[in-house]
Amino acid sequence: MPATAVGQPCYHCGEAVPQGSDYPIRSGEVTRSACCRGCQAVAQTIIDSGNADYYRLRTDLPKTPEAALDELKALALYDLPEVQEGFVKNEGTLRDASLILEGIVCAACVWLNERHLRQLPGVIAADINFSTHRARVRWDDRRIKLSQILEAIRDIGYHAYPFDTGRQEELFRKERNAAIRRLAIAGLGMMQVMMYALPTYIAGDDGSMPRDIEALMRFASLLLTLPVVFYSAWPFFQGAWRDLRLHRAGMDVPVALGIGAAFAASVYGSFTGSQDVYYDSVVMFVFFLLTGRFLEMNARKRSAEAAETLVKLIPAAAVRLPDYPTARTEEAIGAVRLAPGDFVLVATGAAFPSDARVVEGHSSVDESLLTGESRPIPKHPGSEIIGGSHNLGSPLICRVERTGQDTVVSSIVRLLDRALAEKPHLAQAADRIASSFVLALLVVAAGIATYWAMVDPARAFWITVSVLVVSCPCALGLATPVSLTAALGRLTRIGLLSTRGHALEVLAQASDFVFDKTGTLTDGLFRLREVRILRGDRDNALQLAAALEQGATHPIAAALREAALDGGSDAAGALPHVQHLTYHPGLGVEGEINGQRYRLGAPEFAAPGEDFSLPAGLTLIALADAQGVLAWFGLGDGLRPQCAELVAQLKELGVRLHLYSGDRPENVAALGRQLGIADARGGMHPQDKLEAVRSLQATGAVVAMTGDGVNDAPVLAQAQVSIAVDQGAEAAQAAADMILLSSELVRLADGVRIARKTQRVIRQNLAWSVLYNALAIPAAGMGLVTPWMAGIGMSASSLLVVLNALRLANHPTKAHPTEAPPQTSPKIS
Amino acid sequence: MNILYLLIPISLAIVAIIAAIFLWAVRTGQFEDMEGPAHRILMDDDDPPKS
Repeated sequence: MPATAVGQPCYHCGEAVPQGSDYPIRSGEVTRSACCRGCQAVAQTIIDSGNADYYRLRTDLPKTPEAALDELKALALYDLPEVQEGFVKNEGTLRDASLILEGIVCAACVWLNERHLRQLPGVIAADINFSTHRARVRWDDRRIKLSQILEAIRDIGYHAYPFDTGRQEELFRKERNAAIRRLAIAGLGMMQVMMYALPTYIAGDDGSMPRDIEALMRFASLLLTLPVVFYSAWPFFQGAWRDLRLHRAGMDVPVALGIGAAFAASVYGSFTGSQDVYYDSVVMFVFFLLTGRFLEMNARKRSAEAAETLVKLIPAAAVRLPDYPTARTEEAIGAVRLAPGDFVLVATGAAFPSDARVVEGHSSVDESLLTGESRPIPKHPGSEIIGGSHNLGSPLICRVERTGQDTVVSSIVRLLDRALAEKPHLAQAADRIASSFVLALLVVAAGIATYWAMVDPARAFWITVSVLVVSCPCALGLATPVSLTAALGRLTRIGLLSTRGHALEVLAQASDFVFDKTGTLTDGLFRLREVRILRGDRDNALQLAAALEQGATHPIAAALREAALDGGSDAAGALPHVQHLTYHPGLGVEGEINGQRYRLGAPEFAAPGEDFSLPAGLTLIALADAQGVLAWFGLGDGLRPQCAELVAQLKELGVRLHLYSGDRPENVAALGRQLGIADARGGMHPQDKLEAVRSLQATGAVVAMTGDGVNDAPVLAQAQVSIAVDQGAEAAQAAADMILLSSELVRLADGVRIARKTQRVIRQNLAWSVLYNALAIPAAGMGLVTPWMAGIGMSASSLLVVLNALRLANHPTKAHPTEAPPQTSPKIS
Repeated sequence: MNILYLLIPISLAIVAIIAAIFLWAVRTGQFEDMEGPAHRILMDDDDPPKS
């Protein structure tokens, strides 16, 4: 059955098979149908290589593969030694590389890729990590080239990019493995020490347990506690030692003191047989503390990942055109060797090796890595392109603008690093309080020790240990930074980048939002926004208008010509011929087309006496012939999508809104009315805006200024928190506290919500910490809390605050039509 | 009760063995992908012959 009925799904990707298409896939006796050549090729490859089971096993449908033959040339670049230098390990003829795999949607994809790779002659090993979508491949370079491996992955419909694992990544892996080892040793030690402790607790002091057995249990516990204290708890001792040497009192000091004292006393007790032992308390305490730290480490990693992924998507190789534009000889070089001014050819499906400007070709580009939005963005000669975005359409020739550390993604990563490194006031305050708290605690502990030493020397020691252990400065010292990192990570994922540490804190308090108009709420492009046709049809009217304006250079003419092009007439060459063209400066243009006289221009010139109201803020142009008006055109700045929604959501959040613009007052007032912003002022110079913001601040307002980063720089600096809404390349240069990378304005409202929630979470944690310590320290001081109870209390308290902080990492955003699929929940692994 | 003199050292030995196995698992990277193996077990993993 070669031809297929409409509506039947493609065997590979599940899309409907178009009528009349014929792309059969032969699978044994059966013939299936595909929707396109790409699917046919991929499916046939999968079946022919003996992996037809994939279709039985998969739980999700793959994307329709694009038939991108240009890419093969790009793949060959990865065979160059200089390109491989960054990411391939050489061991004789054996090579080892890490690849990022795109297109993995379910476990069957992993299975398929691994099997497909392993059966390639020359591939020694192929392992894919399902969580990170990364593959490690080992191959024999004499028998297969890396490009052939990448091509094989391409053949089954996936995309693979080599990437430099980098030292950072390797460091984190080591750190994480060490943490798991420490946690495991502490956990095993804890379980077994509890086993030995339990009989002693049950027997109590009634003498039912022989002395020698009790001693045996103690020494067994001692043996198991040794590695827990000297291996698992070692970082606490190191931290405490570092703090003491720098004459500070950090969180690790009481922890290390507690562990050390309890352990020393237990060892002493074991050998003299006189005292109680606390091995169970020590191991449990260490285990819970390590669990808290482990969770915190994963949260930090997740926040940092958002930025790191950006850098990894910049390809390692590029095709340079050294003789362009005289000749188009292609030359493959490593992306690191590109310099500004070089011309590169970027094939379909390939990523841009650096920030560049298009010089030849039209295409669309996926900038989702930066904006979190996967809508393709059209690019023409002159358009700027961000390194790392993907070319989806046809090949482009570009001039390299910035490379290496100067590229947009590199700057963004630097900005994010700065935001993470700068401690906002809240965190600084928490640090100071934590430090004084620890000092006070040590003094209190010493006092309690002295008191009990006089009253009841037998209990003095364990009471002091309990006090040290039970007190928990975690909410101060640990949970505040975790809250901030988690929130920053979440904001970055929705496309709102913080470049300053204090941005989040101030955004939460913002009482007034000031918007700039052009480029912020509107897209800043002079375009045809409205057409009202009185006679004839739209395309014809646009054709006539464009023809009349053919030779003109002013913005109205450009907008009309552009609209005519978009309207369907293929090229300017197809426009009708105009005779007797006369320009009337300041009014319009008059000409004859096919024997008919037409006038195009201001209403009083083209259509005197007639009136037609269009939305305010638009420039009105009329097209008329001898019989009267044919069409009205409204030209102007267009509102960015989601403006109204943003205004509504911000109002809901109780924020006052202002619109300050340099545009004509009536236009600004009209926009204010349309959006429901009462304080809409136009005709303002940057200096006026600055004054207006100052007077707002004088009334006690916390002002968040939203503008484009370049023109509004002084006002942005005056506001307590500034948000630049630049799109694309200029974003990173903006001197703002936050940058909206996403094209969805509503993300600003989400940002306010997340910022407020962060403050709430931090306050909750602080409140909890105060309450807990106010209850627990006196209780421990009075001798009501044994060391093991103290250990549980302290650990539970710190786990509680860390988990509370981690809720921020998954703060839901309001559903928007273009919302990306929800992020997966954090993996505690 | 004397049997404890045997049982407790045995329990210590068992803990040591378990710890060793765990450390080996960490070293060989078995904690790096916490999701894949759960799915992988369902797949048919007889590698097809090299073509």
